[in-house]
Amino acid sequence: MALEDTRTLRFFNRGPSAVARLVFFSVLSLLLLFVDARFQYLESTRQVISIIIYPFQRLTALPGEMWDGANAFISLQSHLVAENAQLHLQHDADSAQLKQMETVLGENAQLRALLEVKQRAEYSVQAAQIVYLERDIFKRKLFVDAGEQNGVQAGRAVVDNNGVVGQVTRTYPYLSEVTLVTDKDNVVPVQVVRTGLRAAVFGSGNISELDLRYQPVDVDIQVGDELVTSGMDGTYPSALPVAKVIRVERDPAYPFARIACVPLAGVDRHRTLLIVSSVPDLPPRPAAEDAGGVPSRFKKTPRRGTP
Amino acid sequence: MRYEMSMDREFLLPATRRFILASFIAAVLLEWLPWHGMALVLRPDFVGLMLLYWCTHKPHRVGIGIGWMLGIFVDVADASLFGQHALAYTVLAFGGLALNRRVQMFSLKEQSVHVFVLLLASYAVYALVHWQVRGYVEWNYFLGSLTSALLWAPLTLLIQTLRRPRRNPNEL
Repeated sequence: MALEDTRTLRFFNRGPSAVARLVFFSVLSLLLLFVDARFQYLESTRQVISIIIYPFQRLTALPGEMWDGANAFISLQSHLVAENAQLHLQHDADSAQLKQMETVLGENAQLRALLEVKQRAEYSVQAAQIVYLERDIFKRKLFVDAGEQNGVQAGRAVVDNNGVVGQVTRTYPYLSEVTLVTDKDNVVPVQVVRTGLRAAVFGSGNISELDLRYQPVDVDIQVGDELVTSGMDGTYPSALPVAKVIRVERDPAYPFARIACVPLAGVDRHRTLLIVSSVPDLPPRPAAEDAGGVPSRFKKTPRRGTP
Repeated sequence: MRYEMSMDREFLLPATRRFILASFIAAVLLEWLPWHGMALVLRPDFVGLMLLYWCTHKPHRVGIGIGWMLGIFVDVADASLFGQHALAYTVLAFGGLALNRRVQMFSLKEQSVHVFVLLLASYAVYALVHWQVRGYVEWNYFLGSLTSALLWAPLTLLIQTLRRPRRNPNEL
C-alpha cells in the first residue's frame, strides 16, 4: 500500500499538468454543449449511454415500488371491502353517465355528418408508470417506463385522469422523457370552456402555476374558468382539461392582462400516466399569408424536442 | 501534533479500485432516488461530493478525466445538455486537486468551508450554462451546495471508517 500513497502529487511527471487537463476537458465540455444545444448529432450517443445506465435507474425506483407493494400487501381486508363497495358505487354512477354520453356521441356524430364536418379524431391511450420525477429543479420533466420498444414517439401528449400532464420530448429504448406543461416556456394551445376563446398557456417554471399570456386587459376571462386543449397544434388532441384560472390582474398600465392558472393534472398523486396516441396526420400547413388575425406567436406549435 | 499524525495516517489508508467504483455507484444511486419538491431543492450533490473526496484524498487515482466521464453519465440520466454536468465536475475535480495538499492541514470543519466554496463554483458553472442556453436561473438551486458542504464531514468520517482495515474480525 505504502509506496504509491506516499508519493507527492507531481503534476509534470504524470502526463499533462492539472491545468492543461482542466483546459482540455472544459473545452471538450463546451464543444459538446454547443453541438448538443444547436444540433441533434448526439442523440444516438445518448441512447447508448441510456441503455448502460438503465438498470441503475430502475434500481433507484425500487424502494418506492417496494413501499407501494408492501402497502398493498398489508392493507386491511375491511379497508379493501369498503373501497370495493365505493368503487362499485362509482362504477354504477359512471356507467349511467357513460350510457348518456354514448347517446350524445351518436347524436353528435349524426349532426357532424349532416354538417359535413370532419369527424373528431379518435385516439387510443397507453398506460405508463412514472419511473422518476424531475431530478433537477431547473427542469419540469419526468421519466415513464414506456419507450421506443413500446411504440412511443416524441411529441405525444401525456395525460392523467384529471388533465394534461405534458408531452413526450425524447424517447429512449425503454424510457421516455416527458416535459411537463409547467416547464418554462412550454406552450399549450387552449380554449376557454365558457366562452370558446382560444389562447395559449405558457409554463412558468413553477410547478403549480401556468400563465395565460397575450390577452388584452378587457378579455372575458374570470377566476374559475376551465381551459381545455383546443387541438389547434396537432400535438394535443382537443378537449383535454389543462388548467383552471385562479387569478386575473387587469392593470391598464400594461398592454396585456396577467392571468395565472393552476394545472389540473397532479403528477405527484399517481404513479400511472396515459400516453395518448398522436393525432392523425394533418394536411400540410399553408404558406404564411396571414394579414392580421391571430398574432403569429399563437401559431407557434410547442417545441417537439427540447433544445 | 497528535491530531495531525492521525490525520496523516488517515491519508495513507488504502483504497482499492473496486472500493472507489462502489463508492461512486452508491453516490449515483443516492442522487437518482426519487427526490421531490423541497427535498429536491435541498438535495446534496452526492456524486460531486464523492468526486471531491477522492480528488482530495487519492489524486493519483481519481482526477479530472474521471470527473468528466461521471458528468457525461449524469447528463444522460438527468436529460440535461451533454457537457453541462461534465463541465461542472471538471471544475470541481480541478478544485479538489488544488485543495489536495492543503486539506491535510485543516480540521473537518475548516475543510467544509473550502468544500463549500468549491461546490459553489461548480454549481455556478452549471447554472451559468443553463442561463446561457435557457435564459433564466433559479436561485434556490444554490441551496444544494450548502447542504452538500454540510454533508462533507459525515461523508469523510464514513469513508475513512470503511477504508480502515479491521485487524480483529469481531471489531466494529
